[in-house]
Amino acid sequence: MTLRASIFTKLAGYGYVTVGGAVLIAALFAFVFIKGGYLLTVMQLAMIYGVFCVGLNFFMGYTGQASFGQNAFAAIGGYGTAILCVEYGFEPVLALLASMALAGIASVVVGYPTLRLRGHYLAMATFALGLITYDLSVQWTSLTQGYMGYAGIPPLGIGPFTVEDERAKLVCLMVILVIGLWISGRLRSSRFGRALRAISATEQGAAALGIRVSQYKLAAFVIAALYASAAGSLFAHVVGFISPEVFGLQMVVVTFTMLYVGGIGTVLGPAIGAVVASLLPQIVRSTGRFQDIAYALVLLLLLIYVPKGLSALAGIGRLRPAESSTGAADRSESAATCHEPRKRATGS
Amino acid sequence: MPALIEVVGLSASYGHIAALKPVDLRVEEGEFVTVLGPNGAGKTTLLRAMSRLIASEGKVKFKGRDISALATHHLAKLGIIMVQEGRGLFGEMTVQENLLLGAYGLGHSTDEIERRFAQVFGLFPNLRERTGQVAASMSGGEQQMLAVGRALMAGPKLLMLDEPSLGLAPKVAAGILNTLGELNRNGLGILLVEQKAPLALKLARRVYVLSSGSVRAELPAHEIKSHHDLARFYFH
Repeated sequence: MTLRASIFTKLAGYGYVTVGGAVLIAALFAFVFIKGGYLLTVMQLAMIYGVFCVGLNFFMGYTGQASFGQNAFAAIGGYGTAILCVEYGFEPVLALLASMALAGIASVVVGYPTLRLRGHYLAMATFALGLITYDLSVQWTSLTQGYMGYAGIPPLGIGPFTVEDERAKLVCLMVILVIGLWISGRLRSSRFGRALRAISATEQGAAALGIRVSQYKLAAFVIAALYASAAGSLFAHVVGFISPEVFGLQMVVVTFTMLYVGGIGTVLGPAIGAVVASLLPQIVRSTGRFQDIAYALVLLLLLIYVPKGLSALAGIGRLRPAESSTGAADRSESAATCHEPRKRATGS
Repeated sequence: MPALIEVVGLSASYGHIAALKPVDLRVEEGEFVTVLGPNGAGKTTLLRAMSRLIASEGKVKFKGRDISALATHHLAKLGIIMVQEGRGLFGEMTVQENLLLGAYGLGHSTDEIERRFAQVFGLFPNLRERTGQVAASMSGGEQQMLAVGRALMAGPKLLMLDEPSLGLAPKVAAGILNTLGELNRNGLGILLVEQKAPLALKLARRVYVLSSGSVRAELPAHEIKSHHDLARFYFH
């Protein structure tokens, strides 16, 4: 086999869509780097949302639970890092880690009683958590400065090294997102991740295998809170300003969209969704006053025709090993006897 | 010597409907017991109540220890493993992942997990070739093998199976039940629930006949043929 043929075979093993998608993403980043300007900011925010969504995916994707309140932990991250840096002169990285620890503790305190609820009740309880946090960030002006928000938050950095250049910020955020994805991927295929996915399929079935369902749900909730807090802190350091609106209901809607567009329950889906859902408004901007309609239409089409998310397209065009000898008809019948992960509509 | 598992006055209901009236049942160490009964007799409810998957009243003792108040995940650690009706596999996961979930209680004990993999693959060689295959894409028979294999990965002391032959071709069902017989001969206690299964009766030492949520008869398996009404129902 020639070198060229061997390379083609290897690439085909990944699937043409995967290879094409990777090339497209690389080209996109190259374009953003060269062009700079507003697109750099959009991509920076996409990376931050990506971090948030990777965490949310632990709870909603891998574990199959519903949470409308993760913005609360992003707020803890954002305000925590802002207050620690501006008021107490903390190093940004130290403030980020301290805020994550605080969000982790808060998530245990909130999650322990809340996660006894299931389905719609859990969704409503977490929704209330998000609303309470928003109200607190507005009303507790002595701490949060209310609607005025917090300004003058220093950029990310350690000691004398600060990340102030916009391109450097994007690289830094990309590295953080890749680390977040790597952790997510490793955990998903670990004993811990298998237990989460078993819970997503059937809580009773998981318990029957010895899995402590409530403990694992809480762990997934805490991990999601840690990621959300990190995303909130990163937003504060990258933008330099936070206000209650940043962590409001809009954040819940946007991150849900990202998760479903990219592919909930997959490793790369949240990051893909974050990039696509962030860029989409820029792409449809040319439609002028119809841009909101165009945006909604594209999202609808994506959800209808790619219901498992864009990351599900990755398998298309992949060279598969020879089909097994058992009949396809038999398989289609047998598929009905397995626990599929619950439909992840909100509140399911 | 206390029974492997002993159920005393176990009852369960769905709302106002009593699906299981107080039932007594026992399985001795290394015994193969079959529970027979028509649709709606309360067989599945019995297993689910014993596994604490549904709320119930009454006592369940395991080797003399009262386990009535234990949560489901504790029962698995004691070695009480149930293969649910419809197999209960995790369809989007691979064969290997399903088997590893069976061995969840072993933690990270790699050697023991490997040993159990070897045991399962010894019983069901088909699974060895399909470790990377997604469970939902397998045939019904292979899925049932995987369900039993996953249960064996947990190192059960009592294996409870809810209609494992359901929806399978007779030959495939016979293969699964013969494997259960082999496991029982090696000392594994088995509580098998079936609707109508002559082979299950051949393997069992004792039989409980359940109807409308109550035990109608408890007798040695070989005696069931002498009860004309039962024999007519379960052998024809």
